This record gives sequence, C-alpha cells and structure tokens, in this order.
Amino acid sequence: MAIAGEVFRQNLTEMLEESPSGAPELHVLAVDDSLVDRKVIERLLKISSCKVTVVESGTRALQYLGLDGENRSLGFDSVKVNLIMTDYSMPGMTGYELLKKIKQESSVFREIPVVIMSSENVLTRIDRCLEEGAEDFLLKPVKLSDVRRLRDVIMKGKVKEGEKKSHKRMRSIDCSPPLSATCSPMSLPCDPSPSLLSPLSSKKARL
Amino acid sequence: MTMDVAQLQRKLCEHQAAMFQQGILDDQFTQLQKLQDESSPDFVIEVVTMFFDDSESLLNNMARCLEQVPADFKQIDAHAHQYKGSSASIGAARVKNVCATFRAFCEAKNLEGCVRCLQQLQQEYSLLKNNLQYLIRLQQEIKAAGGSIPTQ
Repeated sequence: MAIAGEVFRQNLTEMLEESPSGAPELHVLAVDDSLVDRKVIERLLKISSCKVTVVESGTRALQYLGLDGENRSLGFDSVKVNLIMTDYSMPGMTGYELLKKIKQESSVFREIPVVIMSSENVLTRIDRCLEEGAEDFLLKPVKLSDVRRLRDVIMKGKVKEGEKKSHKRMRSIDCSPPLSATCSPMSLPCDPSPSLLSPLSSKKARL
Repeated sequence: MTMDVAQLQRKLCEHQAAMFQQGILDDQFTQLQKLQDESSPDFVIEVVTMFFDDSESLLNNMARCLEQVPADFKQIDAHAHQYKGSSASIGAARVKNVCATFRAFCEAKNLEGCVRCLQQLQQEYSLLKNNLQYLIRLQQEIKAAGGSIPTQ
C-alpha cells in the first residue's frame, strides 16, 4: 500500500503546480474583457487557493497557452493550465469561439476543462456551449460557492486520473488488491461526447 | 467634533443597511466584502474605484452615441450590456436594473426611451457613488481610529 500511495502522490503533483507550501493547487486561466469582472474573478480564485492568470481576450488566452499560430509551442515548455474560465460575450473572439478553438486542438490542450461565464441565462446558449464540450456554464455574477464547487470537481477529476495511472502502474508491478476507487470507468470531465453530461453540466436545474 | 469608534461603527452599519434597503446595493456587494481580508485589505475600495472609472467612461460613450444622428442602437446596446454586467458584478442593483430597461429601449430602437434611461442612469450612478464614497470614508475613519470594520 505504501508503494501505491507514493506512486499516486507523484502523479498528482505532476499534474498540478505546487504552491510554496507544497500543496497542489489548480492553475486557472480566466478570460474576461471587463476590468471589474477580471478583478473579481481573480480574487475569487485566489481566495480559493488557485493560481490565477487573467487575460482580457480570447486572442490573449490563446497566446498565453501557446496556441496562437504565430508562436506555436511544442507543448514541452508551455504553461500548465488546469482550468479555463471564460466570459461568453467578448468583442472579437467570444467565449464560445475560444471554447471551440481549444476543443479543436489535437493535443493536451483539448483536455483542459473550459467553463463559460455569462450574465445572460439563455438556454440555447448554454446547450450550445455544453455540446461543444464546456465543462460547465456559470451565471454571472460568479459566486465564491461556484468557484469552490468547480475547484473541487476539477481536483477530483485530477485525483481520479492519478488513481487510474497509479492503478495501471500497480498492475505492471503486479500488486493484487486493486484500489477500490479506481475500479469504476473513468471519464474525463471534458469528454466532448454529447451523450455524456457530467453531473456538473446539468446547469438548467441550477439556474 | 470627532466621533468615537463605536459611534462610527454604528453609523456605518446603519448607512450600509439603508443602501441595501433602498435597493441601491444587493447581495453581490456582500459577496465582495467577503472577499476582503488581511491579504487583500482594500479589495472592495479597489473594485469600487474601478467601477467608478468604468461607469464614467461608459456613461460618456452612451451620451455621445445618443447625440449621433442616426443613433447606432447596436453600439448603445453594447455599452448598456457592458454596464449592466459590471454593475451586477459589484451589486449596484438599481444601476443594473436601469441598464436592463435601457437595453429594452435599444432593442425597440426607441430613442426617447434611451435618452430618458441615460438620464436615469446618471442619477442612479450619482446616488450610488455618493453613498459608496461616504461608506468608504466611514470605513477609513474607523480604521484610522484603530477600530475594526463591523461585519454584517
């Protein structure tokens, strides 16, 4: 069991950045054209123990991720982002367009969960975003409870990934008792298949 | 004539309660106050200041747009949408509500309605700004006198 624990811990810290205290923390990229909203979301995330990078547009977001075509990063030394939270209505590239661009990537970027934030409760908009693979759709103004819930879900997703990886490694080491938590089939929160809606994505009830 | 800390604190509570009661502020403002702590002791003042700057430029833009002939309702609506968003984010409920009405007039391409809404917006913004500045001043006086801001 000690071996499994060690392997598991290694995987978790591989996927998450480490805060100065050594505890793993999510790195969130927030995108919003409103100065006031950028200030608020940054604070919400920081107070929820997340590392935050805030940008003002979809274009800037893609640049930050190294996906802007001009300077396409090979992913080797690209920035590690665990979650993208983007406003829907932005001039130039909308949040929806940013979501599509990210989901079109045939690389590790496609796996980054993307959450859309909007001040408008439009069901067709929500459906469209979820169908395009958005992790969740939050109504603005975003609350601390929204951010905490999101963080917990993403962290759990990362933990499951870690357990799955450690389970695979365990098999090769040939340890017989399986970790009970890893027996269920794992689905990444950002699985774009339309039939799969994570419990988090059923926003209609929450609105 | 200086007031002691307890009096200042009471004044602060009363003033804030009144702003909520009159619908000038809503729960979102309380949410913002929760985000202020030792690591970010001036968070509310900082956001509010940003909002004031944002407001003034948006109100100016809307006024200029409404002077144009013919009026570009799409552009005006874009400003109103933005203002609605930022006012909602800080809990400026009355400003937000007027913005919603403003958007409806934009959609209906009702120039007179838009002009009236802009006037109302300017009034609500003034009211909000004066009240918030007073609130902030009370907070600063309390802090200067060594007191703590009462949590509500």
